[in-house]
Amino acid sequence: MNTDLPNVTFQDTVITGTETDMYSKDGENYFIVDAHIALWDARPENQLNIHGKQFIDCFYDYHQNLSPASEKWPYEEYLYQGGERLMKDLFIDGYVDHAIFQPARLGAFYRNGFGQTEEAFALAQRHPDKLTYNHYWDPRFEQAGLDQLRRDAERFQLKGAKLYTAEWHGDSRGYKLDDPWSYRYLEAAQEMGIKNIHIHKGPTIRPLDRDAFDVADVDKVATQFPDMNFVVEHCGLPRLEDFCWIATQEPNVHAGLAVAIPFIHTRPRYFAQIIGELLYWLDENRIQFSSDYALWTPKWLIERFVDFQIPEDMQGEYPPITVAQKKKILGLNAAAMYDIEVPAEYTVAQPAGV
Amino acid sequence: MAARPLTQEVSAPPLVQQARKALDTVFDPELDEPITDLGFVRSIDVDADRRLTVRLRLPTSFCSPNFAYLMASDAKDALAALPGVEAVTVLLDDHHDSDLINRGLAADADYRGTFGAEAEESLDELRLIFRRKAHTAAMERVLTSLLRQDPALTEEKLHEVVLGDLPDMATTHALLRRRAALGLGVAPSDLVLVDEHGHPWPPDEIPLRLRFARSVRVSIDGNAHFCRGLLRTRYPESAADQSPRAVDATDPTCVPSPSKERVS
Repeated sequence: MNTDLPNVTFQDTVITGTETDMYSKDGENYFIVDAHIALWDARPENQLNIHGKQFIDCFYDYHQNLSPASEKWPYEEYLYQGGERLMKDLFIDGYVDHAIFQPARLGAFYRNGFGQTEEAFALAQRHPDKLTYNHYWDPRFEQAGLDQLRRDAERFQLKGAKLYTAEWHGDSRGYKLDDPWSYRYLEAAQEMGIKNIHIHKGPTIRPLDRDAFDVADVDKVATQFPDMNFVVEHCGLPRLEDFCWIATQEPNVHAGLAVAIPFIHTRPRYFAQIIGELLYWLDENRIQFSSDYALWTPKWLIERFVDFQIPEDMQGEYPPITVAQKKKILGLNAAAMYDIEVPAEYTVAQPAGV
Repeated sequence: MAARPLTQEVSAPPLVQQARKALDTVFDPELDEPITDLGFVRSIDVDADRRLTVRLRLPTSFCSPNFAYLMASDAKDALAALPGVEAVTVLLDDHHDSDLINRGLAADADYRGTFGAEAEESLDELRLIFRRKAHTAAMERVLTSLLRQDPALTEEKLHEVVLGDLPDMATTHALLRRRAALGLGVAPSDLVLVDEHGHPWPPDEIPLRLRFARSVRVSIDGNAHFCRGLLRTRYPESAADQSPRAVDATDPTCVPSPSKERVS
């Protein structure tokens, strides 16, 4: 299957210049870090079972439901993009200055995994100034997985990891961050300098009768590992309030805007409420932009966010968002967390904190 | 299920209509809306022997299986209580646990019987969590609307507001229903600002608690819009089955989507 866009000539040189990918609006320069992207393969030949199809179909429904008509992808292209298309969508068309892979393995759904480790890592090695590769682990592999983590950390020079706690594994359909083996992995990660832990809070369903999106385990590990950063992807949606409550008390808990930010198009007033709540409970230094590529492409999200403002009639509940806040959210916060160098013309007077 | 004696009058509405009315009482615990309004009921069929078959559909295959089971089993209970029904079959379509849940429902196995080792306890606690959240959100909705209407009213004064002070509108009725579900008082002289046990909020904690209640409401409203939209994306024909959200009509911060959120 040809997944490249027709009539597009991909050239490395196009994306190396800083002028072509800078995003400027109304005299303001924005340094963009897309903190949650993937290079996935959900094509039928990689699907292990019906769940693999259901999983990508669910993503595709998200994509269709929340994207403007002009930004919707055909289903076939959505199944797999490949590195060239990714580079074009993010860095040529998408204004992104740096992006971070946050792969999900989903070994119970896909033969060769969902996130494509080798392809993504090779791409990151070719473009170290533009891409950071984060890997994953699963504490249910116990000692063997821990040994693997040590090898992976060295090979990939990991600064961060993505944990998908709803991953199926044998009879288990999820784990908690505060499970005993999970603690051991976090201890090892800390020791190896893997500081940034991104957590997808999906339907962790073991045991089933617990609130399936409970973020209480994040609270526990954030307290236990104060020197690590815990970025809750999708900012705890669908349990925004539980997430906010924890994040208010734990200074090392951050919000990833993956999946939340596309509401800016279909439900701008709802998005105003989400970002308003996050700014109230967390402050502007702990919120990170991400397109969740290829769920959505970053271009339109960045344009809309830069243009976004809390509607006037809601400003009694939520103060207007400042340009400095937007700059931090769109890139400076994640750049600080990942030690990504930011040219002086992009920075704001008050440094983004981590 | 035991067959029930036929007690219906000849003029009683057809069984399909009765079934729909019964399903109006089944709520998605997280979205705090009836499964009928949400468009989760795909079909209701009755055969010549008065055997009911109801098919349910959800916004994604990965909706939490505990919620999926809860709604499907509540639906079965509500339908089985209808007079004159010979048998009830509830089928959940296109869910990753469809087979498991449908087998459990057919065998009248309870939650633990259906999920075995994955379930440790009953779903009562989970149900209670969401009833409490629904109450918190309903309380915030009426009070925020009150604050917007009366500039002289401050957050600090809200602790004096009683149920009798609330306007006669959908959001107030919704609050009364949520209170009843939690076993809280519904008398006109009862305070509005109470916790899940009926205890009044301490006046000095009102601003913070109200702020938290708002995030609960934002969460529930957002989920409701997302799930409704996803269902329509997954099953375009479901748009015709969705009713507008009652609470949106009175929520000034909520505007219907440019797509087909409101379906007549």
